[in-house]
Order: sequence, then structure tokens, then C-alpha cells
Amino acid sequence: MSGIVKPMTTLADVCAEADIIRLNSNNTLGDKIVADIYANAEQIVGKSVTQKAQGKSTWDARLDDVLTSRLFGYPIMLALLSAVFWITIEGANVPSGMLADAFFVFQDQLTEWFQLAGAPDWLHGVLVLGLYRGLAWVISVMLPPMAIFFPLFTLLEDLGYLPRVAFNMDNMFKKSKACGKQALTMCMGFGCNAAGVVACRIIDSPRERLIAILTNNFVPCNGRFPTLIAIATIFIGGAAATGLSSLTVSLAMTATVLLGIAVTFAVSWSLSHTILKGEPSSLVLELPPYRLPQIGAVIYRSLIDRTLFVLKRAIIMAAPAGAITWILGNVYIGDMSIIGHLASWLQPLGYAIGLDGFILLAFILGLPANEIVVPILLMCYLSSGYMLEFESLEELRSILVANGWTWLTAVNTMLFCLLHWPCTTTLLTAYKESGSGKWTFLSFLIPTVIAFAVCFAVAQTARGLGLA
Amino acid sequence: MSMQVENRSRVLREHFGIAPDPGQYVIALAGNPNVGKSTVFNALTGLRQHTGNWPGKTVDNAQGTFTYRKKPFLLVDLPGTYSILAHTVEEQVARDFICFGQPDATLVVLDATCLERNLNLALQTMEITPNIVVCVNLMDEARKKNIRIDIPALEKELGVPVVAAAARNGEGLETLRETLYQVSSGARVGRPRQLVYSPEVEAAVQQLLPNIQRLVDHKLSPRWIALRLLDGDTAFINSISRHLDLQLALEGLQEVAAI
Repeated sequence: MSGIVKPMTTLADVCAEADIIRLNSNNTLGDKIVADIYANAEQIVGKSVTQKAQGKSTWDARLDDVLTSRLFGYPIMLALLSAVFWITIEGANVPSGMLADAFFVFQDQLTEWFQLAGAPDWLHGVLVLGLYRGLAWVISVMLPPMAIFFPLFTLLEDLGYLPRVAFNMDNMFKKSKACGKQALTMCMGFGCNAAGVVACRIIDSPRERLIAILTNNFVPCNGRFPTLIAIATIFIGGAAATGLSSLTVSLAMTATVLLGIAVTFAVSWSLSHTILKGEPSSLVLELPPYRLPQIGAVIYRSLIDRTLFVLKRAIIMAAPAGAITWILGNVYIGDMSIIGHLASWLQPLGYAIGLDGFILLAFILGLPANEIVVPILLMCYLSSGYMLEFESLEELRSILVANGWTWLTAVNTMLFCLLHWPCTTTLLTAYKESGSGKWTFLSFLIPTVIAFAVCFAVAQTARGLGLA
Repeated sequence: MSMQVENRSRVLREHFGIAPDPGQYVIALAGNPNVGKSTVFNALTGLRQHTGNWPGKTVDNAQGTFTYRKKPFLLVDLPGTYSILAHTVEEQVARDFICFGQPDATLVVLDATCLERNLNLALQTMEITPNIVVCVNLMDEARKKNIRIDIPALEKELGVPVVAAAARNGEGLETLRETLYQVSSGARVGRPRQLVYSPEVEAAVQQLLPNIQRLVDHKLSPRWIALRLLDGDTAFINSISRHLDLQLALEGLQEVAAI
């Protein structure tokens, strides 16, 4: 036994020396070493392996070269995302209108039955105008986009495109010192942020896992998509030339998602440089072969597992929320309803960030589930005097405009919807996954602060410039 | 010599929860996920297996025994990993065992149908230890895909024994046992290919080498340690200081015993 003479201090010295060399080379030596090992492997294989007639695997490789190339990777991702939105928006309009028509024909029928049965006005109010109308809104606004968006997304997943997305985004994550697997948890977040937070388990490093958990909320989940799509369709699509409106709306949606992703990177970067300091770890990503999706499985998974699941949750949450909102809107204290009091109390804050008291109240009451923000908002507006029949998005527009909405309100509502606090399910999941109240509180605080700050900045800038 | 053997069994016991019988050859089994590593493990050990966890880790650990030419072998199944640069707990477990557990031989199982990607692990292992046997498994699949692998050429390139196998059908297992026996007993000593790095990496390694050579036991390749330090691998630095600590403590004990 010889050789181990020097004690630990020398190891520390050598480490320090290595660190200096490593940092002088801009931390690229690790990547170089791996690349060199692969270069050796390639050379060895070149001398010992021959392969005849590769057949299929060549088009796989060529497709990968295009989909994951530096030049085309991002444009193709953006184009696909916009295309998915376009199909969703274009396709959802007609069934949405039909569902709404059917529901409101039935509402008149219900009202007639209540009158025949001699039910008191308040019961009709709670059950029909509150509960039923809330449900009808949730279903007719949310079901068609979900029924189109989810199968399309599942289709991309089944084709094997999502791992390529993770591959493309890995570099960006590395720059914000987070883990490339975060791209996959974000994809899950498009479905449901709570599911996205659970998916963060695939990230091994506790530091990177926390970053992924804290930022997952910046990907709009399916509870927020319908809200975003509805508002974008009304205010942005309406402003565009006819014929181009669907295209404009899908581009606006893509921009919204991109903003969410940009915020994700910014927050990940900030966390990595403040309370969650550290170097990013690398990951090995096996790009699976492209497969033809099984259409039956796609439809089953996206409709049963996702669409119906979300819809069920929305209904369970929206039904009582609808009833409660109606009660709050129709119980008067002094000369104003409870909702009126709450909203006027929130009005100054809401106005400062480009919203109004009712919108802010709807977001607060929507804490259990983001799906019910728009229904609550409508019920707030309607219960405070306006009684319009809303059969299409056009009439939704007139309700909103009648309540003082401008393009600035619409933009800020979309921004707030994208950036604001996560729903209670997501917060509970974050608590379970992080096991700490502190991180859970941060996962509430960070989005909240960002949402208020961004909306405040946008509103004040627009007003300052006299644009609105 | 006996002191060294004692040292090793103590490291194995305390750090890896593995207690080989005296005279038993310890063989580490490494490989990428889905290359038929478990098939090889089962084919070699049959039902003489024992499963558990690595000490302090939630990573499965399986050990099995077999006898060949009247010599007892202990086969330790490492977690399936693509690399041993220790980016995950699994890679760390595999790397620490090959590095500090000092197995008599390390068997690296490769998938014949995607050899290039799999070679990464073999090449990394070869940098740590010369006592390595490479098993190119799934040869039957490769033949189906018209992939021809020139085993003697591969062996020459790598500088270590290479065995072609299709463990599912039992193909190549006899040769594998014989080769493991030869390498473990020291009858056959590999001369692993020295990896060629780009000039920038090579220069950095040369700069660190003198100090590292003074620092560590010759059983660990100084070159390899230099590469890990340049990689900024903190998990490795922790492992190595832990093991250096242990070895220093053992040396102290030996000195006391000598007095």
C-alpha cells in the first residue's frame, strides 16, 4: 500500500485547480468529454460493424434531423402549436353555438316548468339562473375546444413528437440552469398543472424538481384555455378582418403560450441564481421511433381520460359556485348585493391592473378551479342588473362591452389568466410533492406577484400612452 | 496482499452491503437499459439470487452466484444506465461500485443492434478499470436486421475481451463464463484502448495529472479522475473523498497493527 500520502487538503487543492480550468473554458469541457467519447465510439463502430439495407430507420433519422435541427426546430414547433390552435378555434365555433342554443332552449323549458309547479322566485333563481346557467356555460364554452384540442395534442404525443420538443428545448433549460425534462412536465401542464406537478417526479435533482414545480403554473392548463380562447376570439378575432379572424386568434394564443414559456425560463433562471442555486444536470433522452398513432386509443385517452375528467371537475366545481354566486348577487345589504360590495371594494386594485373589481373577484372565487372564472364573471355581471340571453360569443361580447370592457381589459384578463395563482388542486399537489409549506406558498406567491406586476405595467403603460 | 484483500472486503461490506465469501470472484454487471442485462444475469446465475437495495439508496440491487471450473463467482447486477458520469442516483451507484468496489471483473452488456450508442458505457468503464469483459448481446436481433459485427475487429479496437451472445437462446454463454474466469483470475489481462480526446481536454488533463498522481492510490486511474474533475462532477468528488477517508483510516489501523 503506497501512494496515499497527502491528506484531504490536497484533494481540495486539486479540485480548486480543476475548477479554474473548467471555468476558464466556459464550463464546456464536460460536453466536450462526452462528445469525444462518442467520437471514439463512432470510429470503433466504423471499423467493426457493417450494416446492409437499413430500410425504415433512415427516414426516421432524416425526419429527426429536420424536426430537431437548429434552423427548423423552433419554427416547426411554433407552426404546429399555431395549427393546433387554429383547428381548435375554427372547429369549436359551430358546435359551441349549437350546444349553447340547445341549453338555452332547455332553460326556457325549465323556467316554464318551475312556473307551472308554482316554485318561488328564489328557488328558480338559485337552481335555473344560477346553477343551471353556470353549468350550461361551462359545457358549451369548454367542451368543444377540449374535445378538439386534446385529441390533437394526444396525436402529437402518440406520433412521438413530444420527446423531440424536449430535445429542442433542452438547451434553453440548460441556459436557465434547469433540467431539460422540465419540457416534458410543461407538456403535461398543458393538460393539467396538477398532473404537471406530479410529473416533476421524473426530475432527479431536488433543486431542479422544485424549479419545475414552482414554474409549472405558467403553462396554461385546459381549465384556462377556454377562457383564453373565448376572450381572444371575442376581442382579438373580432378586431381582425373577416376571414382572417381564426388565424389571428390562433396566433394570439400561440403568443400567449410563448409568453408563458418565456416567463417559465425567466423564473427558472432567477430561481437558479437566487434561492435554488446550482449547476444543471444533464439528461439522456432516447428519441423513440415515430409510430402511427392508434386512432381509437387517441380518442379514448383524450376524450375519456382528459376531456370528461376536466369537464366533470368543472361541473362539480361550477354547480355550487354558480348557486353561491347567484345568492351573493341577489342578497342585498343596504342598496347593493354582496357581490356588488365585494367588487366595489376590489375595484381600485382591479382598475390599477387593467381589470375591474368583478374580474378580480371572479379570479379569486375561481381559486378552486380555473374553469369557472368566466361563468362566475358572467353571473356577477348578469346578477347585477343585466339580463341578456347569451346564445353566442357575439352576445357574450355585448355583455362584456356593456360592463365596460375594452381591448385593454381583454388583454389584461388574458395575461392575468395566464400568469395568476394556481388552482387549489395544483397547490395541494405542490404541497404533497415538495412536502413543505414554504415551497407551496412560494408556488402561490411567485405567479401572483408576476401577474399583478405584468398587468399593472401593461395597464399603466397603455393608459399613460393614451391608448386606452 | 492479504491486507489489500481485507481492505476490499471491508469497502464492499460497508459501502455496498456486499459480503463475498473468501476466494469468491466479484463481478460487476453493467449495461444500458433494455439490452438484456437481466437475461444475462439470470442465464449465468439461475435461481441462486438475492435481491435488496443499495445501502442508503432506493435503487434495487441483485446479487447472484455461480460456479465455473470449481471457482465461486458473485455477480452483482448494477442499475441499467446509459452512462456512468453520475448524473442520476443509478449512475452514481454503478460508477461508485466499479470505481471503489474493485470487482475482479466488470461485465458490460451491449445491444448489438445499436452498438454505437451502447459503446459509450463500455468506453467509460474501460477508463476506470482494465478488468473488463464486453458482451455484445442480442446478436440474433442484429442478424435479423442485417447488422454484421466483426467481433475480432471490435476486440482489437477496444483492447479487451469481447464475447458475442444471444442470452435468450443461451448462445455465447459458455464462452462468456470462460472469459470471465480468465479475466477474474488474471490469466487474461486486457489493454483497454486509450480514448482520444480533443486537444483542449487533453491539455487540461495533463495540467492536472501530476498533482492527482501524488494524491491517489494507483488503483484509481489518475487520468480518469482528472476528467471527472474537469467535468465538474461534485457527486464524484464527494464519493472520492469518502473513500479516501476510509482508506486513510484503514492505513492508520494497519500502522497501529504493525507497531
